[in-house]
Amino acid sequence: MTVYLLCFALFLVGLYGVLAKRDLIKIILSIGIMGYAANLFLILFGYKRGATFPILTGANPGPMVDPLPQALVLTSIVIELGTTALLVALVVRLFQKYGTFDIAKIRRLRG
Amino acid sequence: MNKTGMTLIVKTVTRITVWMILLYGFYIILHGHLTPGGGFGGGVILALALLNVLLAYGRDYTGKWLNIPLLEHVESASALLFLVVGFLGIVVAGSFLANFLSKGQLFAILSAGTIPLLNIIIGFKVAMSLFLVVWVLAGIKMSKGDAV
Amino acid sequence: MPVETWLIFTLGFMIFGSIVALELKDILSSIIAIGVVGLGVSMSFLFLQAPDLAIVQFLFEIFALIILVRAFIGKENHQLEASPTNRILTVIGILAVLVLFIVSIPVFKLLPPFGEPLMNVSQHYLDAGATETGAANLVASVILDYRAYDTLGEVTVLFAAILGVFAILRSTAKHKAAGGSHE
Repeated sequence: MTVYLLCFALFLVGLYGVLAKRDLIKIILSIGIMGYAANLFLILFGYKRGATFPILTGANPGPMVDPLPQALVLTSIVIELGTTALLVALVVRLFQKYGTFDIAKIRRLRG
Repeated sequence: MNKTGMTLIVKTVTRITVWMILLYGFYIILHGHLTPGGGFGGGVILALALLNVLLAYGRDYTGKWLNIPLLEHVESASALLFLVVGFLGIVVAGSFLANFLSKGQLFAILSAGTIPLLNIIIGFKVAMSLFLVVWVLAGIKMSKGDAV
Repeated sequence: MPVETWLIFTLGFMIFGSIVALELKDILSSIIAIGVVGLGVSMSFLFLQAPDLAIVQFLFEIFALIILVRAFIGKENHQLEASPTNRILTVIGILAVLVLFIVSIPVFKLLPPFGEPLMNVSQHYLDAGATETGAANLVASVILDYRAYDTLGEVTVLFAAILGVFAILRSTAKHKAAGGSHE
């Protein structure tokens, strides 16, 4: 329970960054933090006390942790890398057009 | 000797280590069904090896060393190959992405049917797409006004 | 020591690191602080018995760091002037996040406690995975056999993201195609 709450707090730090920061680079970093928290939460949810990693090494395996969230998070991490690259490309284009990273100024200069 | 990129020491070290990093990436991909790793991790390692060359030697030299249009074609073709394997599953075993090859002996390198095949395809896909993103990002100049 | 103690330590470290990253003025320092947070995630995956994810997260972190540093460092004109609206935004943001945290606490009481997952579907993967797919790595057997359709979707999303990057950056890349590398 404490672990879940701390993980949720990490997510909320990212949410705070998206809500309150005006710097586009900081917003990219905040979205990254939210992604970390979501991935970590799924893995926390599949942990089984005293179990080992879900890879067979011998004939008689003991209890193992849940492999399903691990598989989902593995794809999610790589997708996150792709979307981070896309966000970076968008921000680079915005900087080329407006010469600033400040979202308030970009809004003012519209048109 | 080209002048762009980093110093001679970095270039020499990169020239030696890039092959080892590529070998490690292929090892991780090929053993993906036996040990931790697999197509995603191995693909990112391959992309990082190519990225190492890009950072050390600069963009022009890397563009001569690597055949970039070929990499783009590999990237698109691997997505298509994944679909082809899926449809082969329909033809051979009756369902999409069915594991139609022989399962083999557990813990053998040639086992687990289509899993190593799909691992290799995904490894190339991830490696090429991530490297090409950095390649395109490295080609732009960030300055005010040279827009659109 | 139980695994919770380690996790609470790393999670506290990561929360501290991300607050530092968001509040620092210098952009290189905040990117490096984010790198530290990501390595904390990688360490937590090791504690939670997920070596596959620890490897991929570690590599992800290095890659994201290189992309961010390569794209954003060296811009002298990167500073934002302080304004009164900024302070109001910060206060509203902190209040909203705190309210959300307090409201959500009862939800976490309903979840199964840490360390005792509901493994209705996965128990079958653990029991029969090795004989049905022949792979010793059960995560690989879930990704590429039981749920290969998910992976196909993932490949499609990655393809779309890369196409998006090409479409956004192509016009500038075309000007600089001295190496003749773009179509």
